[in-house]
Amino acid sequence: MAMLDDNPLVSCRDVVKIYGSGNAEVHALRGVDLDVYAGELTMLVGPSGCGKTTLLSVLAGILRPTSGTVDALGSELTRLSSWQRTAFRRDHVGFVFQQFNLLPALTAAENAAVPLVIKGYSKRKAVAAAKELLAKMGMADRVDNLPGKLSGGQQQRVAIARALVHHPHLLVCDEPTSALDAKTGHTILELLRTVAVEGDRAVIIVTHDSRIFEFADTLARMDDGHIESLERRGEREPAAVSGEIAMRQRA
Amino acid sequence: MNWIALKMLTGNQGKYLGIILGIAFATLLIAQQASIFCGLMLQTSGQIRDIQGADIWVMDPNVQFSDDVKPLSDSDLYRVRGVPGVAWAVPFYKGLTRSRLEDGNFQQTILLGLDDATLVGAPQNMLLGSVFDLRKPDAVIMDVEGYKLLWPHEEPRIGKRFEMNDKQAEIVGICQASRTFQTFPVVYTRYSQALEFVPPERKVLSFVLADAADGVDVDEVCRRIEQQTGLRAITGLQFEWITMTYFMQKTGIPFNFGITVALGFIVGTAIAAQTFYLFTIENIKQYGALKAMGAGNVSLMSMILLQALLVSFIGFGLGIGAAAWFGRFASATGSRLAFYMPLEVFVGVALAVAAISVLSSLLSMQRVMVVEPAVVFQG
Repeated sequence: MAMLDDNPLVSCRDVVKIYGSGNAEVHALRGVDLDVYAGELTMLVGPSGCGKTTLLSVLAGILRPTSGTVDALGSELTRLSSWQRTAFRRDHVGFVFQQFNLLPALTAAENAAVPLVIKGYSKRKAVAAAKELLAKMGMADRVDNLPGKLSGGQQQRVAIARALVHHPHLLVCDEPTSALDAKTGHTILELLRTVAVEGDRAVIIVTHDSRIFEFADTLARMDDGHIESLERRGEREPAAVSGEIAMRQRA
Repeated sequence: MNWIALKMLTGNQGKYLGIILGIAFATLLIAQQASIFCGLMLQTSGQIRDIQGADIWVMDPNVQFSDDVKPLSDSDLYRVRGVPGVAWAVPFYKGLTRSRLEDGNFQQTILLGLDDATLVGAPQNMLLGSVFDLRKPDAVIMDVEGYKLLWPHEEPRIGKRFEMNDKQAEIVGICQASRTFQTFPVVYTRYSQALEFVPPERKVLSFVLADAADGVDVDEVCRRIEQQTGLRAITGLQFEWITMTYFMQKTGIPFNFGITVALGFIVGTAIAAQTFYLFTIENIKQYGALKAMGAGNVSLMSMILLQALLVSFIGFGLGIGAAAWFGRFASATGSRLAFYMPLEVFVGVALAVAAISVLSSLLSMQRVMVVEPAVVFQG
């Protein structure tokens, strides 16, 4: 466990997200409070449609909530313009997607280099940095392979390298193990834990995979747009358990 | 980001080739039809271009195109010669006559009568014989295509005889002439000889060919001729454009070719846009992922535009090359196809392909613009 910092890296309060309007209104989030700390793995779990992915998107600055506040790295995301949120994601967030979303025509190294290219690095510098990172992740002999020539686990490693290559503070992972077998899934989670602890990054993982719950420092169980319970596996008290849960517990 | 855009495009070889072929096909169709149209229009004015040596054509003011001959009186020739700034002026006959062949068949023929003394307007490219042999009695020079039309089973030769208006004519030369719109044989002879080959009429002078004196502006001389004679005086180039404009305005040729060109444009745009759009849709999650990772809309639009420009450039190159090859092949095989690809066609087709490229990419750009980066979290 990394040295604890009482200030959360990302903190959201009373976040509501409503899709559609009128009769077609869907309340994806109904007043969510959550604190996410650097050096920890925070898992959002729950049944399909409970709002995990929406919350992940809000925390990563992809979606703007209907109401509530999201403080990330000192920026109030709800007050940022669209292009400022784009810049925030570019500079501070790394993404690991369920289906990896690697570009099939790019080699492993080129795929991992994409965030640096988006930041304006030259192809040569970006790919060199990506190769170095992939080598550290045990992929030195696969850097020039196309994604189609890699196993699922290797593709996910490339995706993680892509998420880390630009040294983000926050890593968001959507079902990172769903396309992997149990053994590979564990390996990937160990890698993500190392990433969180050694890099002092906050890692948020959305998952259905109960086999990996054991890796979580904070496990937020969601249902119907709420955080139903917040379990702490580490040393920190769940100070950020939402007032909503506390009220419900009192009730 | 440009290299990523190009790798994304070339990585999907099926779509990549499909878009290129769509654009190449559109380019080929548009360029080929436009070139054939230009070739046909050139044919309408080919005889004007063949008459070299005179800057100015003088004619009846009501003449609408080169075959619309409204005869002048002989005195008009002298009136033109009397205009200040005119270096010289000679008579020129142009008309249709019937040739009677040895086997009794008749064939319409275009008869051109050149000034007896100067032979101004004589053919420039003699294949057999000499222009000066026109001074012999009954002498005519025939264009090689006309000869092949009249005597398809014979090699062109000098000495061949036929009749025009019951008068004997002897071929003393074979020349290369511009293909005519009517495809009739072209027969050159002296002006005085031409008058014997056509039925007698009161007025037979078709045009007056003239030249400006040294140091005098041709347009100024034209203006003076018109002012002093009441006739129309224009340069050869102006006469060519008047003739081509007549055919463009009075016939359905531009409309018919325009339909084909428009179809080529529409079909090309449809194929290219649809394939390009499908390519973008296939990659929409990748674009969503790039957006999520912090790529701005401007970067993504640039990527799409670059992809569209690349396939358009390659498609245009292949299409215009195929069209040019088609024209060259048709010409080399002796086909009567009218084909002329001027720079204007090249530039026009390039602009059309650029429009196809922009239209194709607009749909894709719109799709990528509106895609939410959150799409990457949808299973």
